[in-house]
Amino acid sequence: MTSTTTSSHLGALLMAPVNALMRVVDIPLRGLQKSTGIGGMAAFFLAPNMLIFGIFVLLPLFINIVYSTTGGTAFFLSERSFVGTEQYQRLFTCTNYLDPMSCQEDAFWTAVGNTFWFVVLQVALMILVSLVTALILNRDLIGRSFWRAVFFFPVLLSPVVVGLIWKWILQRQGLLNFILYEIGNVTPYTWLTDRNWTFIATIGVSIWAHMGLYTLILLAGLQAIPKDLYEAAEMDGTKPARVFWRITLPLLAPNLLVVVVLALIKAVQIFDEVYVLTGGGPGTSTLYLTQYIYETGFASALRNPGLAAAASILMGLVLVVLTLMQLGLGRKNENKGKR
Amino acid sequence: MGEIKLTDVNKSYGSVHVLKDINLHIKDGEFVVFVGPSGCGKSTLLRTIAGLEKITAGEIQIDRKRVNETSAADRGLAMVFQSYALYPHMSVRQNLAFGLENSSMPKAEITERIGEAARMLEIDQYLDRRPGQLSGGQRQRVAIGRAIVRRPTAFLLDEPLSNLDAELRVSTRAEIAALHTRIGSTMIYVTHDQVEAMTLAHRIVVMRAGKIEQVGTPLDLYNEPANRFVAGFIGAPHMNFLKAEVAAVELGTVTLTIGGGHKLLVPLSGHKLKVGDKVTVGIRPQHITLAADPGSLTVKTRLVEALGSETVIHADLHGEKLLAVVQGQKQIGSGDEVHFSVAGAPLHLFDENGLRVKSA
Amino acid sequence: MGAAARFILRRKGGKGWHWTDIVTWVWLIGGLIIMFGPAMWLAFSSFKTPAALNEFPPSILPYVTSQATVQGYDKPLQLFEAKMPDGTTKVLAEVRRIGLVAQMVDPTTPGEIIKVNMNDRTPVRSVSFATENYTEPFTQFDFLRYLWNSVFVTVVATLITLIVNSMAAFALSKYEFTGRNLAMFVILATLMVPLSVIMVPLYSIISTLGMFNSLWGVILPTVATPTGVFILRQYMLTIPDELIDAARMDKASEWQIYWRIVLPLTAPALAVLAIFSVVWRWNDFLWPLIVLSRRELYTLQVGLSIYSGELNVQWHFILAMTVVTMIPVVLVFIFLQRFITTGIAGTGLK
Repeated sequence: MTSTTTSSHLGALLMAPVNALMRVVDIPLRGLQKSTGIGGMAAFFLAPNMLIFGIFVLLPLFINIVYSTTGGTAFFLSERSFVGTEQYQRLFTCTNYLDPMSCQEDAFWTAVGNTFWFVVLQVALMILVSLVTALILNRDLIGRSFWRAVFFFPVLLSPVVVGLIWKWILQRQGLLNFILYEIGNVTPYTWLTDRNWTFIATIGVSIWAHMGLYTLILLAGLQAIPKDLYEAAEMDGTKPARVFWRITLPLLAPNLLVVVVLALIKAVQIFDEVYVLTGGGPGTSTLYLTQYIYETGFASALRNPGLAAAASILMGLVLVVLTLMQLGLGRKNENKGKR
Repeated sequence: MGEIKLTDVNKSYGSVHVLKDINLHIKDGEFVVFVGPSGCGKSTLLRTIAGLEKITAGEIQIDRKRVNETSAADRGLAMVFQSYALYPHMSVRQNLAFGLENSSMPKAEITERIGEAARMLEIDQYLDRRPGQLSGGQRQRVAIGRAIVRRPTAFLLDEPLSNLDAELRVSTRAEIAALHTRIGSTMIYVTHDQVEAMTLAHRIVVMRAGKIEQVGTPLDLYNEPANRFVAGFIGAPHMNFLKAEVAAVELGTVTLTIGGGHKLLVPLSGHKLKVGDKVTVGIRPQHITLAADPGSLTVKTRLVEALGSETVIHADLHGEKLLAVVQGQKQIGSGDEVHFSVAGAPLHLFDENGLRVKSA
Repeated sequence: MGAAARFILRRKGGKGWHWTDIVTWVWLIGGLIIMFGPAMWLAFSSFKTPAALNEFPPSILPYVTSQATVQGYDKPLQLFEAKMPDGTTKVLAEVRRIGLVAQMVDPTTPGEIIKVNMNDRTPVRSVSFATENYTEPFTQFDFLRYLWNSVFVTVVATLITLIVNSMAAFALSKYEFTGRNLAMFVILATLMVPLSVIMVPLYSIISTLGMFNSLWGVILPTVATPTGVFILRQYMLTIPDELIDAARMDKASEWQIYWRIVLPLTAPALAVLAIFSVVWRWNDFLWPLIVLSRRELYTLQVGLSIYSGELNVQWHFILAMTVVTMIPVVLVFIFLQRFITTGIAGTGLK
């Protein structure tokens, strides 16, 4: 009782200047309320968010389209010349559509190809691993919240930290080589200079970093399945494998679909941890779409913001399709719930 | 002063017309109860008076000043909400002080007013608790206290007792009546419970579908309901309604035929009834007595409820339901044939539109 | 111990071990190692000297080879434990190595050279934490500056996010006005606009506003989070409207209703958003990388990535600074883990 009163006194002391400020703010706002009425105050409350939103999200969205029809290296729109669909034509000029190297903008198609295989493999493997982990965590387990935390831990780490942790492990003198040396006396290998291994490494590292999130969502889905269904199945003498295929999986399907789409949306945008881990290399073996846009727009000496804008619009279209799928799935689930 | 005048007040949400041509004059110090079934617009009417809702047409005056454009804060009224609407994160004391601080009242006066209200409502010992730590009845008192400390020109109470259990409701009802006597301010009270309305009100406003059906003292409404709706709404159990036809019109009396050919004589003058007119006759269950002679209404009982002090008889009169509440304990079973008498009972006549056939 | 193991490994209903139980425990223990191991390895490595970092095979704990100054030699000499021909061992200092033979001296009798076979000597090592890995980047490099920039961006962006988002959520949950649904739709629709799609034009807007190479250019585009508005609005919808009516009757202005009634009652949702916002802003990388090109403005994430991308990577500093960067998030994780996991499971948002 005493401790709560002291802490509330302390809180009151800390809040005193803020409250005083709010009282001062209140005076002009009361005036505003008098002149605009309560409806006007609604606009006042909404304004800051919508203003920031408009300037930093909506406006760029529209400018992006204009940008993609202009050329040159300048960033100010007024200094850019109109080129029509030239940027798009440049992206799509290829002599052989099956070979990225035959395209005028070969880096773009390499990035598209890399991203495509990355997305397919990463999402498939990650969902599988997450599903298995969620199923295991859903068992009658002692210390479940501890185990859940174990798998969730990397989700909060920053992508830069994730990249550095693994860059350190995959070093020539790194932990992986050490373990292989101890187990099979394998000669230390420089993993991050091998085209095939870097690609696999980016997939593995991104799964390591993000699987906890999907595990958590799937686990919540599993725990929402009514227990009495399992009891009924047990009464019927159903085999565990059959219970999984006929009860668990169908009832988890809506969650699973949402998780897949969510993972797809995130995988398409992969950048941070890969940029730190491999920098897109060696060569262009781990150059993904976001990095292509970033380097085309800002980093390289031959920067071309218009081309970057065109590429980002194409990427945006893919994301819109995926998001609409997600919203559609969400609605379908809701309707199911209502029925 | 707390005089409130509503003139041709209308309110609609889009195409839904929720208040229709409301005219009402509430005098200073009066206790007025708005009563009606749910959805009749009584709460909306209260909220338009409070200033929480804008009206679409008409005028609201408080103490002869037009307040249509005045905000809720500046109308000088206080409200007690159905859910009490106490601020859960503030102590009882802070709840009471909040409104006073907002009108920048000196601290000393705030303390004094809170002390006074707390003593009056016997909530002194809870002042430092949060609403979550109080019982329903205590919260109710705090909600009333929050209104009292404001010393408003009028109190608006929106179904304040509906969240209390039956026993507490009866005792709190009496306390509210006592409070009104003591403070003497105008009070407007909304309820769907006609017993609350009858026991508390100086005047009752009966509403239905956005319209005022009748305004009057409780006994006016009981004795001379303006229409079938009011007649049925006021009084428990509900009034019996029987179909009837005018058989004869004489000076000062009307003779009616009801189901089974029974004749009823109703003293009535200055009306426009003609022989053959279809009317409805209303009889309150308490006004029916048991009779021995077979010349009166012979009915078949369907259900007999012995309550000890009185007996409730559900009966059937040629296909129409008839309910009687008779004093004392009677040896009657379900399915028995009994005789009802309505001799000397006040009979209410309603024309085909449901309006009362009045004596001039 | 036996009782504890039996308790942990106990099966429901006293049934025997099923193959799925074995899979479960292999998976969990493996997960524990794979999930925690890398970060632990990094943390241990961060206390090693550059020399120890270059060793192969590496050790887990940070060892340094002991050295001693021996009379007659200018430089400190490395100490070894040498096996003498008579079978005893002796601590000797190595003077030089010729082929497979090391010339060594006994520090107590420096005059006499002892020849020892390479394979008969092992370095004398002791555990020592290279704390200079942590202190030097702060004193000699700009890492204190980066830390401050990161803290500034995180705190300011989170405060603005909380205020701006809660105001918008208040308007969208407690007022009826034309265009409310449109505003709600726009906010939800932009949930699907990631930074990578708008970074080029956003950069031009930031430049136009003069916020290039400014921490405000990092902060402002991130604060109007649709997720935040959404979480807070859902929560505010559960606050009864009668409370707001009561406050209006109590002569409270709309601003006071927001500040004194609605905001305190939204505290749980604000706490969730605050935690998310701190983690988001602390971890932000791509956008600060674009906006900040001057070294003194780098956040920790940008600074780390730039330093680690240099040709001559000073891993001992990078590792230590990575640990520093991890600390706030690890603290958040340890103390608020349950809060976060239930929050995510409930909303499906990260």
